[in-house]
Amino acid sequence: MSAGTAAPDRMDARTGRDAAGQGSFAHVLRAEWTKFRTVRGWVIGMVVAALVTVLVGYLSAAGSHTGCGTSGGACHFIVPLGPGGEAVTDSFYFVHQPLAGNGSITARVTMLTGTLPSASGGRVHANIGGNPRATTHPGVEQWSKAGIIIKESTRRGSAYAAVMVTGGHGVRMQYDYTQDIAGPPGRPSTASPRWLRLTRSGDTITGYASADGTHWTQIGTATLAGLPGTVQAGLFATSPAYSLTTSQGLAGTSSTGGPTTATGVLDHVTLYGAWRAGGWRGDLIGGGPSDPYPVQGGGYHQAGGAFSVTGSGDIAPDLNNGPGPGQSIQFSLVGTFFGLIAVVVVAVMFITAEYRRGLIRTTLAASPRRGQVLAAKAVVIGAVAFVAGLVAAVVAIPVNSAVSRGNGNYVLPVSALTEVRMVLGTGALLAGAAILALAVGAALRRSAITVTVVIVVIVLPYLISVINLLSAGGDQWLLRLVPAAAFSIQQAIPNYPQVSNVCTPGTGCYPLAPWTGFAVLCAWALAALGLAVVLLRRRDA
Amino acid sequence: MDTTIEVSGLRKRFGPTVALDGMSFTVAPGQVTGFVGPNGAGKSTTMRVILGLDAPDAGSALVGGRPYHSLRHPMHHVGSLLDAGALQPSRTGRNHLLWLAHSQGLTAQRVDEVIGQAGLEKAARRRAGGYSLGMRQRLGLAAAMLGDPPVIMLDEPFNGLDPEGIVWMRGFLAALARQGRAVLVSSHLMSELEDTADHLVVIGRGKVIADISMADLIAAASGDRVTLRTSARPEAMTVLEHAGATVTVTGRDTLTVSGLDAERIVAVLTSHTVPFSEVSAHRATLEQAYMDLTRDAVEYRAEPAREAGR
Repeated sequence: MSAGTAAPDRMDARTGRDAAGQGSFAHVLRAEWTKFRTVRGWVIGMVVAALVTVLVGYLSAAGSHTGCGTSGGACHFIVPLGPGGEAVTDSFYFVHQPLAGNGSITARVTMLTGTLPSASGGRVHANIGGNPRATTHPGVEQWSKAGIIIKESTRRGSAYAAVMVTGGHGVRMQYDYTQDIAGPPGRPSTASPRWLRLTRSGDTITGYASADGTHWTQIGTATLAGLPGTVQAGLFATSPAYSLTTSQGLAGTSSTGGPTTATGVLDHVTLYGAWRAGGWRGDLIGGGPSDPYPVQGGGYHQAGGAFSVTGSGDIAPDLNNGPGPGQSIQFSLVGTFFGLIAVVVVAVMFITAEYRRGLIRTTLAASPRRGQVLAAKAVVIGAVAFVAGLVAAVVAIPVNSAVSRGNGNYVLPVSALTEVRMVLGTGALLAGAAILALAVGAALRRSAITVTVVIVVIVLPYLISVINLLSAGGDQWLLRLVPAAAFSIQQAIPNYPQVSNVCTPGTGCYPLAPWTGFAVLCAWALAALGLAVVLLRRRDA
Repeated sequence: MDTTIEVSGLRKRFGPTVALDGMSFTVAPGQVTGFVGPNGAGKSTTMRVILGLDAPDAGSALVGGRPYHSLRHPMHHVGSLLDAGALQPSRTGRNHLLWLAHSQGLTAQRVDEVIGQAGLEKAARRRAGGYSLGMRQRLGLAAAMLGDPPVIMLDEPFNGLDPEGIVWMRGFLAALARQGRAVLVSSHLMSELEDTADHLVVIGRGKVIADISMADLIAAASGDRVTLRTSARPEAMTVLEHAGATVTVTGRDTLTVSGLDAERIVAVLTSHTVPFSEVSAHRATLEQAYMDLTRDAVEYRAEPAREAGR
């Protein structure tokens, strides 16, 4: 072995492997990083990806204005925040009295009716508050609600727990705006009423339902931390605005609709605990000029032991493009889609340029462990794309949302954790796409065909969904399977089934949960990378 | 012998084309070995197999006694230049060497050393896309030298060099051999190797035709033929044939004599008082020797030249 004496490597006689073998991946990695950073075009390409991501969102935010009234001036509405910090709608009619300490309220609902705006007239832009004189016809919105509620106070956005009948989703227990638990199905009638009960014990409120007032089933419990000793409790009715999304596309969506009302008839109202006898009081919660949600008044009336409560509005989180006000902060990242295309091109070139020039032979002669070479390339291009996405998101989210706010838009608040997830997720999304593109490039070995294939695989399904080529259900399935499912990691406002909203990428809504969607992209990237390693090992270079 | 490159029984097909057909040879240290054969004979394929880039259908190739793919930092064991044009055009020559150095755990200092050895100081920080073919060959040679390897393997390094560059390359290769390294240099032109190689591996149709030192090859090809110029052709033929030589007429007053050396011819002619004006030992050119060697493998000349592989 005298020929090897000039080399620092030493061979382990037993295994035939270099003692220095452990460090060799670090060397391959460093070599690939040097390769990347020494081609100016690739570095510029990644910078462009970050810039485009910021700029497209900026232009979108700069071009989006919201105004109120005929003058188009700024809207002076007040959006309440729920206990979780999210923007909520808290507009309903409340027949209440104070309850001191623990206690319970029971009521029987015999009827739920309502009104809907007529299609022939009275259409309003859902995002503009106000109470237009709409012509209406009888009908019950799917999420019209009437029932009993225990609420911290009459302040909008305060903590609550309620059990209710709904227009189309049976009995529900809901609390603190985002929580929704299903109870027995069906809409009440005089022949088949629904009995509802709420009990308070400290911070815990338990909801029950019954068909006969004797046999009760528990629906769920809510823990409302820091609930004060005296709360407001009683009967309520509300009905969310009817919303119809008429057109979608890259430019955005436009929705039309109008306020609806719901009337619940409740009797057998029974109270236990420290209640003030006979002290019912009716209040319209929200619904004033500062309420951005389309609301059509309300009231109640009591005859004998029966209450008829009419309300309009909703007790629910605000969604992007829902009937409530507000824009999701994720639209500050709308440019990611275009940044991703630049990232894909650079990632493809990172491998196919070597094939084009025959440089791959130099690479594989220098590093004969081919799997390591591809792994090192994936780490380098993934890390660079991650940083590009991260930096872009760190700039785009605050800047573009500030621009949007400056234009009179209400940007729905999200938790710091959500913002962190969006920032990391934008980086991760670009990294995953870059690795997928690299792997396809290694398999196909040619730039043009690879870029085409990757763009088709990533971008086309996204475009199909955004411009609504398929039915809504088709979009939902498509976006569970394709790499573009990972855009869900940028979704700022979660999907809430208890709020009617068309879920499409155009409204910033994806069928999969954020990290699940990202996992779909990872699965694609890893599968492609595995195939590329097998091909690279098997083929002559 | 020190272990350098050992190729034994390599076979490889590309579809219907047999590229390697039992290729076997070894490369000795301390000398320049010419690897010569017509285009398509299998030179590049053999080198790719040695570097682990192409997998042979049969046979083995060892570098320093080990298969190439088992070397963790192979550029410390063998430096190679397959294709001088295999460069990212927008990367500078120095950065090309830098990533190669990093892949072997070497530093930028070593890069600057080989840049100096290859005489690339002025061009190193320019984009490789603007390099002439000669500069690319120098860059490739610098890359091969990075790991200070005991074995150097170069595919057609004289391609594209101007006469000055050829002289420089010859000197460089000779110096490497003097340092005790094994140097394997391929060429399809024997003339390029004439003043460079000490030893020759001549191949045709995927196998070795001759594995011979340069001196032996020339001697064998020259035979013991002597050219004789004389005004008395018939007399000269008579006395020389009588003395046991084979004589052929090659011109109006020239004869080619074999079977006797020049000294004996002069003695025979003088003793018979046959006049002559010139007796010269015939020295074959390397090109002729090469033609003689490859004449047997003449079939491939009828086929269109095809560089095996891609």
